[in-house]
Amino acid sequence: MAKRYGLLARFDTADALVAAVKAMHQAGYRALEPCTPYPVAGLPEALGFTSRWVPVMALAAAIMGAVGIYFLQWYSSVVSYPFVVGGKPLHSWPAFLIPAFVIGLLSAVVGSVVAMLFGNRLPRPYHPAFHVAEFDRVTSDGFFLIVAASDPCFDDSRTAARLRELAAANIVEVPA
Amino acid sequence: MSRHDESPLLPPDLTHDQLTTRICDLVLHRSSPRAWWGGLLVCGLLATLFVYAVAYLFALGVGVFGINIPVAWGFPITNTIWWIGIAHAGTLISAVLLITRQPWRASINRFAEAMAMFAVVLAGVYPLLHLGRPWLFYYLLPYPNTMELWPQWRSPLVWDFFAIFTYLSFTATFLYVSLLPDLATLRDRAATRLGQVFYGTLAIGWRGSAVHWARYERANRVLSAVAAPIVVTVTGIISLDLAVSIVPGYHFTIFPPYFVAGALFSGFSTVALLAVILRRMFRLQDLVTRTHLDYLGRMMLLFALVVDYAYTQEIFTAWYSGEDYYRYVYIDRWTGPYAPAWWGMIFCNVVLVQLLWFRRVRRSPLAMLCLAITSNIGMWLERFQIVFTSTHADYMPSAWGEAWPTMWDWAVFIGSLGVFGVLLLLFVRLMPLISLHDMRAFIAMRDRRSDDG
Repeated sequence: MAKRYGLLARFDTADALVAAVKAMHQAGYRALEPCTPYPVAGLPEALGFTSRWVPVMALAAAIMGAVGIYFLQWYSSVVSYPFVVGGKPLHSWPAFLIPAFVIGLLSAVVGSVVAMLFGNRLPRPYHPAFHVAEFDRVTSDGFFLIVAASDPCFDDSRTAARLRELAAANIVEVPA
Repeated sequence: MSRHDESPLLPPDLTHDQLTTRICDLVLHRSSPRAWWGGLLVCGLLATLFVYAVAYLFALGVGVFGINIPVAWGFPITNTIWWIGIAHAGTLISAVLLITRQPWRASINRFAEAMAMFAVVLAGVYPLLHLGRPWLFYYLLPYPNTMELWPQWRSPLVWDFFAIFTYLSFTATFLYVSLLPDLATLRDRAATRLGQVFYGTLAIGWRGSAVHWARYERANRVLSAVAAPIVVTVTGIISLDLAVSIVPGYHFTIFPPYFVAGALFSGFSTVALLAVILRRMFRLQDLVTRTHLDYLGRMMLLFALVVDYAYTQEIFTAWYSGEDYYRYVYIDRWTGPYAPAWWGMIFCNVVLVQLLWFRRVRRSPLAMLCLAITSNIGMWLERFQIVFTSTHADYMPSAWGEAWPTMWDWAVFIGSLGVFGVLLLLFVRLMPLISLHDMRAFIAMRDRRSDDG
């Protein structure tokens, strides 16, 4: 038999998918990947997934960006090229705060998007599930659950039977 | 019981599959409507005019514009402020309405974001055109150089550069993040090899994994939370270009909020304008409904009233300051050479917008189209009169003077409208005009609600 990546089950509704993911997760499956056309409430919780990295990275990037540009302004106008303009102090902090604020916001934007892409391991143009023609529906109206064969609980016949019990509308094997 | 419950924001029997097919077909299968080709032709000609005028400007220098001391800023800065204001509503619709969970944003946020993107690009172009030696624009960047020069950090013009740069980067990021899941939809439905490769590359392998969605939503929420301060800061900083100076007519503390409100007013007007045109062009009247126009009309009215309040406060401050120069600015605005601009602004932004109090006007596409155009004209006149009247007669009568736009000022301005149109028309043919994943979530929410009831 050819090597396979795992099983792909399609569910008719988002609720059925959430229920199935909950049941499978409780049964000990960990290599589960539900895929949906829009963010379905309750799915990350059903997987036991919590991640605070995106906002944390955004905040860290914002602070670094703001401090960095403030330091640059201070360095350039106090150390590198001190030059009095209009009798203003070399270290004109009220003026320096403005670029610092703006660049801080920009860094938060970049930080959150980079953290999102990196956490999701994107770009990743290839995924075994793309071999299955039906998987195209994941970007329209299909609710899918990928169970990878690498899962210790995975067993060819039993996993498929369990998915069928959990109201999967269709189960296909995903080639590796 | 609110009245809008009578007319839903969605067709009652729309399913996920129908939505996908309809919106994807607009991009992938259906040929462009005749109105689209007509629009592209007109805008393309204007865009050519823009390219020609800019080439002429680069060849001969800023002398071809009507800018002249004492009105050194003239048209280019007027247009920058105007364009960046238009951009703001796109950002605000996507961001603030997302955070406040307003479902009516779902069908209009996509083209509002695209509008923001192209408007910021044009806003960024004008200061470069105005530089005189545009090839030295990188002097604004703080970079190590053999001249040992640094930007003057205390100058609002440097803040301006950072503000516009930030806004450009933010808008592009926000637009792409919002497009990402929809690009995957197009990838999966593209029939041609070229389409598959094009959308497949842009979709970077998005597969809608629940964990991906969780991070995606978090990132989107961060972007939206950052959007409001960015909008306020960007226009606030641009207004500081004027307000930090001691020129009468510029030096008002009300400028930052006043500019932000004006920006949102013109921005919502432009969203309404595009909504009326695009829903007609692509027959989306059931997705972008009259209720949407109604809400946009309310937003226009709200920000118009804030702008009107700012007008009164500006006049009050000029009088209350007791300074002859400040008072004279107003007498000059009312009776001087640029008086028609001031009165035109009042007519558009104070008088005509009052029609938006009427529900029938807000729900009529034709009336909204007309009011959107007059509001944009009004806001442009406002920017014009601020930039021109404040500087043309400030302190010393011996330094007074007038500046009038030349043919090339107009060519660049009208041409830039064409560039905007071309970019937007191409965008709606290449990208989904309506945010599919937002609409899917909205449909799911509606189905859930009807299950409960």
